[in-house]
Amino acid sequence: MSALDIVLFYFFATIALGAALVVVGQRNPTYSAFALIVSIASLSAIFGLLGSPFIAVLQVVVYAGAIMVLFVFVLMLLNVREEQKSEGRGTSPAFKAAALGLGGLLAVQILVVLLRATREGPAWAAHFDASARQVARRLFSAEYVYVFEATSILIVAALVGSLALARGGTSTRDKAAPPAGKSE
Amino acid sequence: MTPLQQELLIALVKVVVIFGALLTLFSLMTYLERRLLAFMQFRLGPNRTGPLGLLQPLADGVKLFFKEELVPEGANKWLFIAAPAVAVVTAFLSMAVVPWGGPVTIGGRDILLQIADLDVGILYIFAISSLGVYGIVLAGWSSNNKYTLMGGLRSAAQMFSYELALGLSWVGVIMIASSFRVADIVESQRGDWGLLHWNFLRQFVGFVVYVIAATAEVNRTPFDLAEAETELVAGFHTEYSSMRFALLQMAEYVNMITVCAIGASVFFGGWLAPLPALQVVFGVDIGLLWFLLKLAAGLFFFVWLRGTLPRVRYDQLMHFGWKVLVPVGMLNIVGTAAWYAFFA
Repeated sequence: MSALDIVLFYFFATIALGAALVVVGQRNPTYSAFALIVSIASLSAIFGLLGSPFIAVLQVVVYAGAIMVLFVFVLMLLNVREEQKSEGRGTSPAFKAAALGLGGLLAVQILVVLLRATREGPAWAAHFDASARQVARRLFSAEYVYVFEATSILIVAALVGSLALARGGTSTRDKAAPPAGKSE
Repeated sequence: MTPLQQELLIALVKVVVIFGALLTLFSLMTYLERRLLAFMQFRLGPNRTGPLGLLQPLADGVKLFFKEELVPEGANKWLFIAAPAVAVVTAFLSMAVVPWGGPVTIGGRDILLQIADLDVGILYIFAISSLGVYGIVLAGWSSNNKYTLMGGLRSAAQMFSYELALGLSWVGVIMIASSFRVADIVESQRGDWGLLHWNFLRQFVGFVVYVIAATAEVNRTPFDLAEAETELVAGFHTEYSSMRFALLQMAEYVNMITVCAIGASVFFGGWLAPLPALQVVFGVDIGLLWFLLKLAAGLFFFVWLRGTLPRVRYDQLMHFGWKVLVPVGMLNIVGTAAWYAFFA
């Protein structure tokens, strides 16, 4: 890594983390959504710095460009301005304890991954080839192809299910425009 | 200078030159569009400012500079200010990977006439254009006005729907070139028969899908529903004035230039000459000139469309996108794959 790469890495890492903090700390859901987009974009820049432009671009195309558009779309349709403070179950001690436990578990997990990565970091990076060709080869190898296809079936099932729910099972043949997220 | 400093300097010069070229092209386009549209409608168009009215963009710029910047009551101030910036930045970003000509040698160095020669060039363009929608959505939402909100939502749904078709239209071309790099795609169209090797013939279906999807993607007539003035005043930029309005306009024109540049590279052989004999004239490779000609033809096509076609209805737009364009794009991929599997 050259000095320039390191400077760029810290630049994008700071933006990604800062934006991620805004996502959880903000009361206004629209700000949160846009902060998440910024965070994803910086993450993609880090992937680029790591020498895997294909993953970097996919990150933006799939998350920032497709999924977040749907989030933003819903937020604008509902015109949510401010998050309401929930009074109900969210504040009960049992939920707080559960949240704390799960959060702690996640923190431990991240710590373990980080420690492993710093210990054998260069060894990982050495056989880390994520060019488009390599990704495709791995994806369509016997190891992953069934999982990959099963995932696509799962997504189609979810899609049909959400359409059925949205239509409400009525037989009225209204000519409503199809939902924009049909492709996901 | 160390090699790194040299690289950085070259990159900086390229950025400045291409940025300047785009700004010039943008202002020229605002003039040419009005002028050409006027001729198509038996009018004269702006012809008073300077010779042939050529200074009109300058006069418009000065006027816009001195106008008041309005922020509507109840608007979300920061997002309202950020929206034009987002729109303009995403518009300029995608031009970074478009090659303006083949590699040239200056002082013993090979210099590419593009800012970044990415391995995933065409996917990068796709990614950036998918971010372009946020500028419009933000502008529409933050203005706190029902017309702008409707315009923003419409355009979000439209761009999202046609983006898919846009991506699908490239897949056949990527298969032919077996690379995502834009320069490789251009080079894959080189051959002894000149323009017969270009992708608009080899990938005719993909080309048609691209033209339609690209028109929708840049919100141009007949798909300019985001600013349908008969229903939505001026759509997402209703509340904008002064330079912020100018920025939104700039984003729109730069997007149009980008779409034409990509079309020229991907489907019309980029810097390649229509006849191989015309590539090098008097010992000079005139690839840049060919590219600019193709770009100009594309831009003229967009103006021509605007002068010819009426606006489609919103439900027609959605039905066409999802039920015609996407399936045709898919079939094109299957057809191209079948060709490679069984005949090539």
